[in-house]
Amino acid sequence: RRSWRGLPLSSLRPGQKSPALSSAVLPDGVDRSTEAFARNAANAEGLLSQLRSHIQKVLGGGGAEAVRRNRSRNKLLPRERIDRVIDPGSSFLELSQVVVFTKKLAGYDLYEEPLPSGGIITGIGPVQGRLCVFVANDPTVKGGTYYPITVKKHLRAQEIAAQCKLPCIYLVDSGGANLPRQADVFPDRDNFGRIFYNQAKMSAEGIPQIALVLGSCTAGGAYIPAMADESVIVKGNGTIFLAGPPLVKAATGEEVSAEDLGGASMHCRISGVSDHFAHDELHGLAIGRNILKNLHMAGKGLNTSPYVSSDYKEPLYDANELRSIAPTDQKQPFDVRSIIARIADGSEFDEFKKYYGTTLVTGFAKIYGQSVGIIGNNGILFIESALKGSHFIELCAQRNIPIIFLQNITGFMVGSKSEAGGIAKAGAKSCSNLNVMQVPKITIIVGGSFGAGNYGMCGRAYSPDFLFLWPTAKISVMGGAQAAGVLAQIEKNNKKKQGIKWSEEEEENFKASVVEAYEREGSAYYSTSRLWDDGIIDPADTRRVLGLCLSASIKHSPEDTKFGVFRM
Amino acid sequence: SSPTSPEGKEGRTIEKILVANRGEIACRIMRTARRLGIRTVAVFSDADRGALHVDYADEAIRIGPPPARSSYLNASAIIEAAHRTGAQEDRLEHVVGMSGSWPDAKQYTLQAIHPGYGFLSESADFAQLCEAEELNFIGPPASAIREMGDKSASKRIMGAAGVPLVPGYHGDRQDIDFLKAEAEKIGYPILIKPTHGGGGKGMRIVQSPDEFVDSFLSAQREAAASFGISTILIEKYITQPRHVEVQVFGDKHGNVIHLYERDCSVQRRHQKIIEEAPAPNVVNEFRSHLGEAAVAAAKNYWHLFSKKAVGYYNAGTVEHPVTEMIVGQDLVEWQILVANGEILPLTQSEVPLKGHAFEARVYAENVSRGFLPATGSLHYYHPVSISPTVRVETGVKEGDTVSMHYDPMIAKLVVWGENRQAALVKLKDCLLNFQVAGLPTNIGFLHKIANHWAFEKGLVGTHFIEQFKEDLFIDSGVDIAAGTSAASKLGAALVAACICEMDHNSYKENFPGGDKLLSLWYDNPPFRMHHSAKRLIELEWENELEGKCLELLKLTITCVSKGGYLVEFEGGDSPVMEIKVVHLGECKCIVEADGLSTHVTLARYFKDNCQHIHIWHGQHHHHYREPVTLDRSDDDASDHKPSFQTASHPKGSVLAPMAGLVVKVLLENGAKVEEGQPILVLEAMKMEHVVKSPRAGYVEGLHIASGQQVFDTSVLFTVKVYSSFSYHTYFLTHCKSFNAISILNGFSHVQNGPVDLSSRMCVLWVVLE
Repeated sequence: RRSWRGLPLSSLRPGQKSPALSSAVLPDGVDRSTEAFARNAANAEGLLSQLRSHIQKVLGGGGAEAVRRNRSRNKLLPRERIDRVIDPGSSFLELSQVVVFTKKLAGYDLYEEPLPSGGIITGIGPVQGRLCVFVANDPTVKGGTYYPITVKKHLRAQEIAAQCKLPCIYLVDSGGANLPRQADVFPDRDNFGRIFYNQAKMSAEGIPQIALVLGSCTAGGAYIPAMADESVIVKGNGTIFLAGPPLVKAATGEEVSAEDLGGASMHCRISGVSDHFAHDELHGLAIGRNILKNLHMAGKGLNTSPYVSSDYKEPLYDANELRSIAPTDQKQPFDVRSIIARIADGSEFDEFKKYYGTTLVTGFAKIYGQSVGIIGNNGILFIESALKGSHFIELCAQRNIPIIFLQNITGFMVGSKSEAGGIAKAGAKSCSNLNVMQVPKITIIVGGSFGAGNYGMCGRAYSPDFLFLWPTAKISVMGGAQAAGVLAQIEKNNKKKQGIKWSEEEEENFKASVVEAYEREGSAYYSTSRLWDDGIIDPADTRRVLGLCLSASIKHSPEDTKFGVFRM
Repeated sequence: SSPTSPEGKEGRTIEKILVANRGEIACRIMRTARRLGIRTVAVFSDADRGALHVDYADEAIRIGPPPARSSYLNASAIIEAAHRTGAQEDRLEHVVGMSGSWPDAKQYTLQAIHPGYGFLSESADFAQLCEAEELNFIGPPASAIREMGDKSASKRIMGAAGVPLVPGYHGDRQDIDFLKAEAEKIGYPILIKPTHGGGGKGMRIVQSPDEFVDSFLSAQREAAASFGISTILIEKYITQPRHVEVQVFGDKHGNVIHLYERDCSVQRRHQKIIEEAPAPNVVNEFRSHLGEAAVAAAKNYWHLFSKKAVGYYNAGTVEHPVTEMIVGQDLVEWQILVANGEILPLTQSEVPLKGHAFEARVYAENVSRGFLPATGSLHYYHPVSISPTVRVETGVKEGDTVSMHYDPMIAKLVVWGENRQAALVKLKDCLLNFQVAGLPTNIGFLHKIANHWAFEKGLVGTHFIEQFKEDLFIDSGVDIAAGTSAASKLGAALVAACICEMDHNSYKENFPGGDKLLSLWYDNPPFRMHHSAKRLIELEWENELEGKCLELLKLTITCVSKGGYLVEFEGGDSPVMEIKVVHLGECKCIVEADGLSTHVTLARYFKDNCQHIHIWHGQHHHHYREPVTLDRSDDDASDHKPSFQTASHPKGSVLAPMAGLVVKVLLENGAKVEEGQPILVLEAMKMEHVVKSPRAGYVEGLHIASGQQVFDTSVLFTVKVYSSFSYHTYFLTHCKSFNAISILNGFSHVQNGPVDLSSRMCVLWVVLE
């Protein structure tokens, strides 16, 4: 056998350190002796331990008492349920895990009450060798009811499933819409009803929709199994009805038990609303696995990618050092190549237009043998860098190569020179390209993500297949200091018009409050709590997460990319 | 065919042997035959079509259905098989004879039959039949077998030869007063035994004269019922007897030698499970005396019965590996030599006595349930590896079924050492590494015996197991019980970690599609966002020796690194165990727990809705069950019916499945029905629909005649349940775990005469209640 480079395999063993093989091997790029490195490392450690302590709370679901009650009903926690459905010993890529709402995180929170993981667990994992999107209600969190953020997270999981054409498995155990918040949950386009709309659309496209009813499934929730291609219901715990016994009594006076009204036996024997009868939860989950065995060609078809080489080299440098590469202080520049050197196979990177528009780094690499294009920021976006980016995106689109964006961007260059040069045109080109490009896009925000830079580097608005943050990420329309400056300027002018004197101290206080607000709202937690992203990852996991995302999003039959009109 | 004279037979050499047996002994005989260049023929019943002895043989021939009396005990079928497989030579002979070229150089290929042991080996009729059919029966002549089968005659011959005998009366007189007087002479306690048969049937121990008459009469009755011959003998009852056999060999030239004795005292159900040679605690002087006496007795047999081949003194034994090991000889080869009319290869003074040998017989059996034979599939079978000092005589291979038709012996494990201590060390080690999974075995029990202080001292006797049952069956003492429990927990932790690692690897290697990128999802350790993957495994420890499930262990396994696991037990205060697993392939792993690295073997199979997992780790073998959730019957889907469906009708009501015309009513009110039995036939939509009984019971409320129109969901009739049928159901649902044999045995004390099954169930219920 020969490898993809035509070299004997023996010389391409994974992990072998042989930079002489290719001129494209990146240097280490990290100076460990500097004070900055040590400071970064310490900061990163602090951020990560803070993150892990949040995760510990999140993994506890709705608290010890709720968990105990759940167990007493012979029910598993949602993550345990997922573990039983995915292939034994396989990975699970959980999305937006740290949507944590606790008093501790005040300032980032959406609601007064804690809502760990938004009351719903979503993610991707393989079942019988097929990648599936999981949507699992957490009944220990507010009875699994849908808050607005719950709906948003559910819809985001469906969006991924639709985009990547992955079968959906719904582990249903929910009290339905959260009634006090019905106005924000029920009526709008991207509210509760959209869940069913998506189900119908995906099913029509041949993306399997499987529902396992492990708990209650009331009102609108009843449509999740009802609209599924195949569904399972668990005896005793699972119920499906449009109205529960209390509402039925109120409406018609009929007195009926939940099991008789919408239990497993009734739905499997009489109504036909459910297809498979499960004796208990474990049985139900096992049936779920069995259903996946029989999907055959539905959805994505065979998961084979002929262009992925089977042998690859691990990066030459320690992935754990990624934790100390991105500085917590946005002003400190760093070379994005030191990140690429820690995520690309063999740390090899074939750079494109290396000496043109140098604030944007573009080039080809492989991740676990899969070709990717990588675009990373090395400073402000100038006209040249924007044009270079557009060019590179076109290359990738034509060759059906997925693109990875490593965002660390303060924005496009401002000023008269830049405007006169037509930077708006240049930025528009790359934005326009991103819009229409039919290849998988994965964005990792490693540092700052400000203003139009967020857009130009494939922010959330450009629907990358996946978007993850490092704990160091900062997202806002501009930097806090700049915003404070702008706002103070305007305020000062207003006050001047009204003839009010503004002391220097007052101005400083005003600025400080703006900076503080921007700090807070720009934080990774603020972002992830609002689902502006798919989660915060440990920088050391970046390569692995990218590999899993690529595996999920690779399109095996390339779709044509059609470009719009470019303003030249 | 050509005429043969007895003289002509003498010159022939065996070139082909039909082995009229199965299992390990058939394989054993064939192995020697093959080494000597002798062709082999196997016979097999339908149950043994794929058995090892069939694979071993050059030719194999079916002799009948599974029950032994229709196959391995079917003398005429075996003789016919011998003729069929010997026929080719006959024809050749005939052709040569016709050509007339070298009439004197005619080569006879003689077909010999080796009966092995058990089955027909002790049948004088079969030996006679072989003689009549001019087949060389490798064993004593019919007359000798017949006489040896008679214990009284044997005793007389032994006595005449100067063999020390248990005092007793072995004569023909059977009148009760005479025998009672003899008993007084011998002195109580005495033993009453039928002269024929075996297996402990008809044996009575009599402690005092006033028990004599009753015991005598019942022994006589049982002997008559079991063997057809009611003559009995009486003997002094030895309270601490040992079972010692002397191996004697004789040729057709009058040479008889002995190959020392062996001790076969450790027995259960009157069958030996551990043999050793030479017998322990026997001084050399007594050893030679015993040998000489045995040779003398054997010579007496010679004079009495025949000049021809008597391969051995006891017809019931064919070859004993322990004897072979200490004298360094192949006794099957000797048998063939003797059958060929050759002189014994050794004289008495040339017979060596080297070291010590043990044989442990591995059986498929339920030790805890009185050693009841077990049946089932050998899902995993890895006996110890053989060497010049370790032999495994086996007749089965992995995947075979141990059926109820034959002896459930799996293998004879034979070890040899320079002395008894060395051999015992080896025996213990081999028993630890003798790996069988799929059915219960006595391996653990054998290991316990081998480790018992009394056995180590050689204090063996036929009551050994009875005498030390406290030590052998129950983990006496709190310390030992706690130790056992700790070992079972460690075993469970290792099982859990190994399962995680093995499942992981099997998915990694076998995931469908061949997508390289997809294989990332199966990397080790599995990816989780900011936490480690966990797996919950519930294991029930099955203690085979005590025959019970001790505890349900709930384990949480956290995958922390490649092959690294943290195992926690739910409840209790067991510390978290850190276990590293390296999967070596198949069912072998190296595990490291608490700084200790061990090789372990795991065997997994599915049976009765459970995954069974066996682990061999260090000094231990544990068996666990993990409930499997899939593949469950949907039977109890019916245990909850919505109220509106059942509320208006009593249980057992049968509703019309559709509107239609009744075309036939098959039963009347009060008729007894089984579940699923047709009761009436409806016609609707041009189709006939049979309405069946939903359960067993009797029909009630059937008021419909043929020709009558019925409506959808109208009540047709009701099936009421007999009270006895609830017992039936009770039995089926609650007594499954009981061994049917033990229940039926217990039952036979309650009921006399033939009973039908349903009433049997009723009685059982009463007994169990």
